[in-house]
Amino acid sequence: MSEFLQFLFSGIGNGAIYALVGLGFAIIYNASHVINFAQGEFVMIGGMATVSLIAGGIVPVWLAMPVAVAVAGGIGMALEKFAVEPAALRRGGGASVVGLIIITIGASIFIRGAVEVWLGKDFHRLPPFSGSEAIDIAGAKLDPQILWVLGGLAAVVAGLKWFFERTRFGKAMLAASHNRLAAQLVGIDIRRVLLASFGLSAALGALAGILTAPITLTKYDIGIMLGLKGFCAAILGGLGSGFGAVLGGLALGLAEAMAAGYISSAYKDAVAFVIIVVVLILMPGGLFGAKSSERV
Amino acid sequence: MKRLPLGTGGLLALAAIVVFLPFVLPNNFYFDVAVKTGLNAIVCIGLNLLIGYAGQISLGHAGFFALGAYSSAILTARYGWPAPLAMLTGAVGVGLIAFVVARPILRLKGHYLAMATLGLGIIVAIVINREIALTGGPDGMTVPAFSIGGWRAVGAQTWYWIVGGALLLAVWLSLNLIDSGVGRALRALHGSEVAAATAGVDIPRYKTLVFVVSAVFASLAGSLFAHADRFLTPVEAGFLRSIEFVTMVVLGGMASTFGGVVGAAILTVLPQLLAGFHDYKHLAFGAIMIGVMIFMPKGLVPSLAMLLRRRPRAGAGP
Amino acid sequence: MSNRLLQRIGATAFAVAATLGLAAAAEAQTIKIGSFLAVTGPASFLGDPEAKTLRLYADRVNAAGGINGRKIEIVIYDSGGDARQAVTFVKRLIEEDKVDLIVGGSTTGETMAVVPLVEEAQIPFISLGGASVIVEPVKKWVFKMPHSDRMAVEKIFADMNKNKLTNVAIIGGSGAFDQSCRKEAQTLSAKYGVKVVADETYAPTDSDMTPQLTKIKNAAGVQAILGCGFGAPTSITARNYRQLGMQNIAFYFNHGVGSQQFIDGAGGGAEGVKVPVAALLVAAQLADGDPQKKIGMAYTEAYKAAHNQPISTFGGHAYDGFFVAIEAIKRAGGTDKAKVRDEIEKTKGHVGVDGIYNMTPADHMGLSLDSFKMVVVQNNTWKLLY
Repeated sequence: MSEFLQFLFSGIGNGAIYALVGLGFAIIYNASHVINFAQGEFVMIGGMATVSLIAGGIVPVWLAMPVAVAVAGGIGMALEKFAVEPAALRRGGGASVVGLIIITIGASIFIRGAVEVWLGKDFHRLPPFSGSEAIDIAGAKLDPQILWVLGGLAAVVAGLKWFFERTRFGKAMLAASHNRLAAQLVGIDIRRVLLASFGLSAALGALAGILTAPITLTKYDIGIMLGLKGFCAAILGGLGSGFGAVLGGLALGLAEAMAAGYISSAYKDAVAFVIIVVVLILMPGGLFGAKSSERV
Repeated sequence: MKRLPLGTGGLLALAAIVVFLPFVLPNNFYFDVAVKTGLNAIVCIGLNLLIGYAGQISLGHAGFFALGAYSSAILTARYGWPAPLAMLTGAVGVGLIAFVVARPILRLKGHYLAMATLGLGIIVAIVINREIALTGGPDGMTVPAFSIGGWRAVGAQTWYWIVGGALLLAVWLSLNLIDSGVGRALRALHGSEVAAATAGVDIPRYKTLVFVVSAVFASLAGSLFAHADRFLTPVEAGFLRSIEFVTMVVLGGMASTFGGVVGAAILTVLPQLLAGFHDYKHLAFGAIMIGVMIFMPKGLVPSLAMLLRRRPRAGAGP
Repeated sequence: MSNRLLQRIGATAFAVAATLGLAAAAEAQTIKIGSFLAVTGPASFLGDPEAKTLRLYADRVNAAGGINGRKIEIVIYDSGGDARQAVTFVKRLIEEDKVDLIVGGSTTGETMAVVPLVEEAQIPFISLGGASVIVEPVKKWVFKMPHSDRMAVEKIFADMNKNKLTNVAIIGGSGAFDQSCRKEAQTLSAKYGVKVVADETYAPTDSDMTPQLTKIKNAAGVQAILGCGFGAPTSITARNYRQLGMQNIAFYFNHGVGSQQFIDGAGGGAEGVKVPVAALLVAAQLADGDPQKKIGMAYTEAYKAAHNQPISTFGGHAYDGFFVAIEAIKRAGGTDKAKVRDEIEKTKGHVGVDGIYNMTPADHMGLSLDSFKMVVVQNNTWKLLY
């Protein structure tokens, strides 16, 4: 029993990370129908920027985290402004799906390269928020930092819900995701929606990176796999569904932990991808995706 | 705009480049780069049929490339098969796998298709990484020389001619396929799937066909690669390698057979040029990817062709 | 697609090739040392300090007037840790840059991939890779600097024998370095009367090892854990080990964790972990008479001054490789490849930061087991045991 609980804790902890990354994918996809392959990079920026700000003594420790989140948000908006927007909103038809995928992958390589040059290739750790003494629950040990991650996830989900349902701008973003043309007709500025969606999801990614850095440590190249797993989570939940991305992420994390615990730890990394391929073959819209009909 | 003479002209020009390039290549290192360019180009020609003509994305073609490469490597090194037979077995095997997964996977659209192909590619990469007894794992494995009868294909210059020939053959096959009824059906499919279906095009059949052809191209290139380099690592199956192939296609120009070749040439030579930039090379590589996509969204070959066409004196233009 | 366009493309290709050719024009007077290292990628913790060390000491030697009046030129390529990239770059070093000898190959995989090339080209090659397979069997042109991973496992098993620990669980990554350590442990277990009772694997990107450690914890009779790996996962493993309250099981790591980063990353979890490392890491704690103390301290100071970073044992391999090569060139009186190779093989009593090298035609590494030191993590730093 304690063994099962231990795997459960591990799975939920990792799942919450995937969920936060997946949420970022969902927000950008909703606003722009772009899959942002640089999403994992924002997670890395969050961790690396905080570490560097603290180590460099540039800002006080309590300010380092909000500054890092803001930096990531700024980079996200720059990515939208200078790379995605010129391609996506070009006169005479936007870039293809493949074109946009390549742009965001180019951006992820660029960001990794920049961090590698200016912040170095070492791995770093942030101190845990409330100590690293594990909490004992029925013989299984729970890392207190996981509670911070889960709390962060819950706060983010609640915050997003409020933003999209209660604020004017949030509603505008939602409207634009359903029908871009109609939204433009009622006076919604699509450019601002796109900019906000990239800024928001970059900030979210950075927050995830900060919350998890005490557990996962942070390094210039951690974004690659996190980005892919987050993409899995978003697709599993049905692209564009924030709620789906959260469930998808938790499901992936649990499946990985159980597979590592009960089957084989050697193939743990393959679990997420096997699940995604099987699910897509059986349910082409993801687990929670709405059935879409092709417009002619 | 007549298509066949154009393609033929391009094919002849490419043949001329293949024949005359050795006169300016100073040493074996350059032949080696040329060989890699040719092999990447073959993969891109196949992939371009899928992306450019059929409008389907694949982020997992490195998986097919690696399956071909490792089939050749494992069958010749561990089981002593003759190299041509191993290569053929790999190609048939990959073709079968592609055929089996094609229908369920190609039903998916856009990003879902991207995810599914990406997932398949990564699964192949993970299996190659873990099955150390067979593949040598992350350290890689050495591959025996390609031999037929008593003749062994070794050395960068020998491989230059083998790959050069294979590349011309691949271009010729691709041009013919595009010019056939299949090509017309594909173009219809890319334009509008629903319209094509209404016009009586058997969409799943054509999609499957192109998927299988592109997978087999990748597999054969992989087999040649394994024997040419004599060394193989799981990096060949990785996600970044798949992305590299797609980038080559898009950079050179979608729906342009020669675009794939040009894209492959640039992205194979570029890392060698950037090697001197050390820490800054990833930064530069990412910036180039973004820049080209923003300023030449259709890829180099179509964009340049359009530029030339606009010039009043470009009489020879298409 | 017009013919004209193709001509242009052809012309561009020719121009690119020509530019590359010009860049290759070698200066005859310099001594060219070629290197390929995993400066980026998962093994960058090896290649990065190695590249920095090579450049640092090449500059220093040049500032002091070079070797016999000849300056040293270092050509370094980043293999990203991929053996296939390494093959391409070694071809470039040999064919294009025409280097006099090669010091490089951060990993065993890269090294083994290029061995056929250097043997064929007959060029001296000093590898910085770990596994014993590099020099066993002896290859004419190939040498290696670091202790082998077999020696690390032997040192650990000997320590287990001393502490009467017999049931061992292995936990390690899926990478080449980890697999090699795992394999050595399996083969050496019988010799040392040690039994491997569990074997768990994690992926290099894993951020939580509690499932694997839980299985080890619940396996019957585990007395000691052998960690095979490097980088962030090792720190996470140590941290999880402490969180799961497994301190009653002794924890050893192989020499992949030989840097302060490992201790810092584990956030207190590394306390009590034992590791066999090169003397360099604990140079200050060595006895005053120890010949390695002076040279180790000097390297530590120089590296810190130049890069404002703490040293790791890995940069030390490059230091030793560089100076073994330089000494051999001095003795050979030039860069004749065969002569340099012979002189490297005759290296005797060369005091390096990794140990004292005594090469023979049958031993192309030249280090003995006692140049390896057993250390333990205490109060967030390395403490020399013996």
